[in-house]
Amino acid sequence: MKKTPFTEKHIAFGAKMAEFAGYNMPISYSGINDEHAAVRKNAGVFDVSHMGEFILKGENALDLIQRVTTNDASKLKAGQAQYSSLPNNNGGLVDDLLVYCIEENKVYMLVVNASNIEKDWNWISQHNSKNVEMHNVSEKTGLLAIQGPNATSILQPLTEIDIMNMKYYTFAKGRFAGVDNVLISATGYTGAGGVEIYFEDKDDCAEKIWNAIFEVGAAQGIKPVGLGARDTLRLEMGYCLYGNDIDDGTSPIEAGLSWITKFTKDFPSKELFAEQKAKGVEKKLVGFEMIDKGIPRHGYEIKDHQGATIGVVTSGTQSPSLGKAIGLGYVSTAFAAIDSDIYIKVRDKLLQAKVSKIPFV
Amino acid sequence: MSYPANLRYTKDHEWISLEGDIATIGITEFAQRELGDIVYVEVETIGKALVAGAVFGTVEAVKTVSDLFLPVAGSIQELNPELANQPELVNSDPYGEGWMVKMKVDNPADVDALLDAAGYEAVVG
Repeated sequence: MKKTPFTEKHIAFGAKMAEFAGYNMPISYSGINDEHAAVRKNAGVFDVSHMGEFILKGENALDLIQRVTTNDASKLKAGQAQYSSLPNNNGGLVDDLLVYCIEENKVYMLVVNASNIEKDWNWISQHNSKNVEMHNVSEKTGLLAIQGPNATSILQPLTEIDIMNMKYYTFAKGRFAGVDNVLISATGYTGAGGVEIYFEDKDDCAEKIWNAIFEVGAAQGIKPVGLGARDTLRLEMGYCLYGNDIDDGTSPIEAGLSWITKFTKDFPSKELFAEQKAKGVEKKLVGFEMIDKGIPRHGYEIKDHQGATIGVVTSGTQSPSLGKAIGLGYVSTAFAAIDSDIYIKVRDKLLQAKVSKIPFV
Repeated sequence: MSYPANLRYTKDHEWISLEGDIATIGITEFAQRELGDIVYVEVETIGKALVAGAVFGTVEAVKTVSDLFLPVAGSIQELNPELANQPELVNSDPYGEGWMVKMKVDNPADVDALLDAAGYEAVVG
């Protein structure tokens, strides 16, 4: 199993550890509900160093990104980031990702899911017909997400970059906790605000950054948070998780990702997606909440009131913020309207649920 | 982690405590820790005659769901009523207020044949 720069820290903190995407990662520390609440109400620190980072450089870097992603990266100015996806040729998604514009028309960073690093790298390389300089810096890049309403005020003393006023999906490079060339971005996967901090894992940089964050944060109750709460936090926001809610077989139009699918340029499966958008899709990803008592899980069937299968659950949990069970799933479009009556097959029972708006919180 | 010496244990991470032919059953400290925050305990087998090892219910945690296995043959009489509103008692007090069910045991001697605390501790390492 691979380690992040912080694996030993998690173990020393007493985290429950498990393998995720080949890395030994923390699942929880004090408990998912407690960590979840810390992020919603105060601030929490996630080690997400397992994520992949690719640097694309050169005069054709933007052209390559435009040809493989669905969102329009030409809109990005230096210091801006965007959420996007990598479509395959069969109407599905290779991955979802963030595109960072480091230098306009010259240098970009793609941040991809840990479990897809190799697949994405091969896919993008295959489309690299104009000799764009590509670097896979995943192994040497550390990444912490510090999320929560108090995250930026807690961290502000550690940097001269004005992180408290940093606009959503913008970023800056500078000194953080005495470490130079740190990229701080106002992004995250929790809906709770905060920043993500990318740095090169060399010398004692990781140690310095981690220690500084917990030194300034200790008095203010900052907590380490594992992948368990990361999942409940993103699910309350209705954010898709690759491998659960989107995959090689789901279209961004079905997944509610039309907003990152721009038909003003060419990319794989564009015609198919355009047709889906124009004619409508047969199934849609929706949020739902349980009315009967029970927890929906990935793979459970969704039924109508007569017991006919109309879809499948892709994510589900007990929402720590709401105290009720919520989920995401694909349903036949006829059942996709808010408040539609649906039933989740939990073990051998059909439990009532209703389609609800996302975000849930 | 603690494994009280007055209880018996199964490899499925349940504990059992016997008084006469009535047993109280719950899950161990190890099990609650592995499951994480418990949000729902479902038992729909009350009154049914069940064999040892039968699935008598399920426990849902935030992250996962797990079956509950009956340590010995008998019939379940009661689900801990407190768990309906406070399933987290299973996490905070697994051997006390977080007990799950009471059952009538067919053969009290079956309980003695289960693991003692040392035996269970060896199972969970």
